[in-house]
Amino acid sequence: MPREGILVKNPITRLTNDQLQKIHDSSMRILSDPGLLSYNKQAADIFKSAGATVTEVEGGDHPSWHIQIPEKLVMDAIKKAPSTVKLGARNPDNALIMKGDESRVYFITGSETNIWMDVEIAPYVKKDDPSIEVQVSEFHPRRGMLMDLCKSAHVCEHLDTVDGYIRTVNIQDKDITEENKDVNKFFASLNNTTKHIMSGLTTLSQLDNVVKMAEMIAGGKDKLKENPLISFITCLVKSPLQFVDDTTDTFIEVCKRGLPLAVSSSPQAGTSAPIQEAGIMAQINAEVLAGITLGQLVNPGTPLLYGSVPVRARMDTLGDSYGAIETSQYNIDCVQMARFYNIPNYSTSGVCDAKIPGQQSTIERLFSDILVALSGPQYLHCAFGLLECNSIFCLTQAVLDDAHFAMLKFFLNQPEIAEADLAEIEKQIKEVVATPQKLFIRHLRPVMRSGKITPAYPFEGDGNSDNVMALAHKRMEELLATPVEYIDEATTEKIFKEIPGLLPRLNVYTKG
Amino acid sequence: MSQDILALIKENVVQGRINKEDEGMDEGMEGTPAVMELVQQALTDGIDVQKIINEGLTSGMDIVGQKFEEKEYYIPDMLASAEAVGAAMEMLEPHLASSGVEPKGKILIATVKGDLHDIGKNIVSILLRGAGYLVKDLGNDIDDQTIVDAVKEEQPQFLGLSALLTSTMMHMKDIIKSLNDAGIRDNVKVIVGGAPVSEQFANDIGADGFGADGFQAVSIVQSLGS
Repeated sequence: MPREGILVKNPITRLTNDQLQKIHDSSMRILSDPGLLSYNKQAADIFKSAGATVTEVEGGDHPSWHIQIPEKLVMDAIKKAPSTVKLGARNPDNALIMKGDESRVYFITGSETNIWMDVEIAPYVKKDDPSIEVQVSEFHPRRGMLMDLCKSAHVCEHLDTVDGYIRTVNIQDKDITEENKDVNKFFASLNNTTKHIMSGLTTLSQLDNVVKMAEMIAGGKDKLKENPLISFITCLVKSPLQFVDDTTDTFIEVCKRGLPLAVSSSPQAGTSAPIQEAGIMAQINAEVLAGITLGQLVNPGTPLLYGSVPVRARMDTLGDSYGAIETSQYNIDCVQMARFYNIPNYSTSGVCDAKIPGQQSTIERLFSDILVALSGPQYLHCAFGLLECNSIFCLTQAVLDDAHFAMLKFFLNQPEIAEADLAEIEKQIKEVVATPQKLFIRHLRPVMRSGKITPAYPFEGDGNSDNVMALAHKRMEELLATPVEYIDEATTEKIFKEIPGLLPRLNVYTKG
Repeated sequence: MSQDILALIKENVVQGRINKEDEGMDEGMEGTPAVMELVQQALTDGIDVQKIINEGLTSGMDIVGQKFEEKEYYIPDMLASAEAVGAAMEMLEPHLASSGVEPKGKILIATVKGDLHDIGKNIVSILLRGAGYLVKDLGNDIDDQTIVDAVKEEQPQFLGLSALLTSTMMHMKDIIKSLNDAGIRDNVKVIVGGAPVSEQFANDIGADGFGADGFQAVSIVQSLGS
């Protein structure tokens, strides 16, 4: 049985059918003229062979080609792209089944941050009245390390609402190199959670080692096809409308191997895309469809996710503003566009501008989490634990996020209105109104422990004290102390023997 | 035999079961005799009323209190048990005098004029009954004079007044003044409660006690009565 996720029966929408069609038509015109500028020769050759108009660009620092893609090529690719994508997992019960026409939302962590933020709960004494002492959160940002990645995957394994794992932190240990980064980050993630793992690749040279590692864990090449416990994400298109050389190579090679892949584009409205909603939508849709078309030309039927990470620019810095309301609007539009093509969607929510956990962080992330989740994307990269526009990861924040996703999940439970229940309830009402106290409390008790009553906020303090951070931090420590199911010893030994570059400290069977 | 029934009464208080139709906490209890049926059986068997109260009802409530402290039980569990004990005490009331058992105290309780909110007051009634007090509940939207007249007639040791609105809470002050005017203020301890009521307000109007929530009621009554 795959994971349940959250089924959104009636997803919220922003765009009418007419508006969806208009955006589609505009994207088709954009793909045809101006088309994309490709810095990758393979992509240019593939498109040319398929009938696109490809022209080499004269001059410039890097060789490049103009690719003008006719609508028919795009529409053929959309037909070939699978409408159902399975993302497997080390524990098959954690598999994710994503259907383009079913608004079943899975909550996934990520993205990769450079900074890991430790939280320290420290006592502070009031200057005027030393008898008053409160617990205050102190935040200590530092460089992310390999063992942090292990800790993060470990905790996410135990967070009920986390359905899959994108590595949360860029590993920057002294002995991590460009060559060994991929195998170590994949192994650290795979070993500490039995949920699905998605990641980008640092270097294409490690793709086969990573795939081989996954095959060993899955039980062989065919087993990995049946249960793809890893998938990839590539930003092959840089906005506006450019195929990047190295990530396009990676994209093509992953497509050849038939493993699931998110085609991601991340334009910024106001700088790398038009500020108008219609403009960024037409452009991002064209960019994602260009990637999907390339993928289907490389390997027809290869499983792809319509990946969309649109964002609005901050007006003060021109940096990303994930907390901007428009960012949520764009994401909901993208969910609708993916559904328009019946391709599972990779969407984004919960990214905040706030630098530390607290009120701003909560408001920003909840606003987009609720709205984007209710629009029904299949793969919701919901920024578990991320702060400052995805540049900081804080594990305590991830625990806080889990609590509000549990609320959201509860909210989306379907109403239970049945004749038999109503007859019983009417009897109950008659009984209660006949009593002097007129209280339904006696009938509350059987339901109270059934899981049908939403629990109190798990990090509520006593009295007037705000202990949210301290309680969430304590919960995080409890989860870290809860064991995880590591990859078995024999497989671990085989992986360490056959995959070069793995750091010995990741082998849990040879420690101490 | 009497020990068996008393143990069953205690167990059913812990389960919060008034009568055999109640489900209680554990599986399979529905349909088996509960507090009401068992207390009736105990009376029929001639078991001492004091024993029924001490070894059945009170010792059951002690366990409930302990479970509540340990967060195993929630407030609705405690109320269900208190309600079961209250119902049993009502059944035992005619036998108290002849058995030489003194009730812990008598409490008159009401929600003041203009206020229809009575959930808090009802919860307090249940808890006080469950703790072994005799509770006379006048209801809600009760005018000042009716309350003063009831104090004269019932002669309770305690008067509990509840209000949920800032506009109605001022009746509490008027009622205390009326009790003074009637010369019976010293005969009764007045305890006030309800969402807008504060300790400061209670002091200002000359009340004897204040409960921040219904669950403080029993301890306040106990402390004022000692």
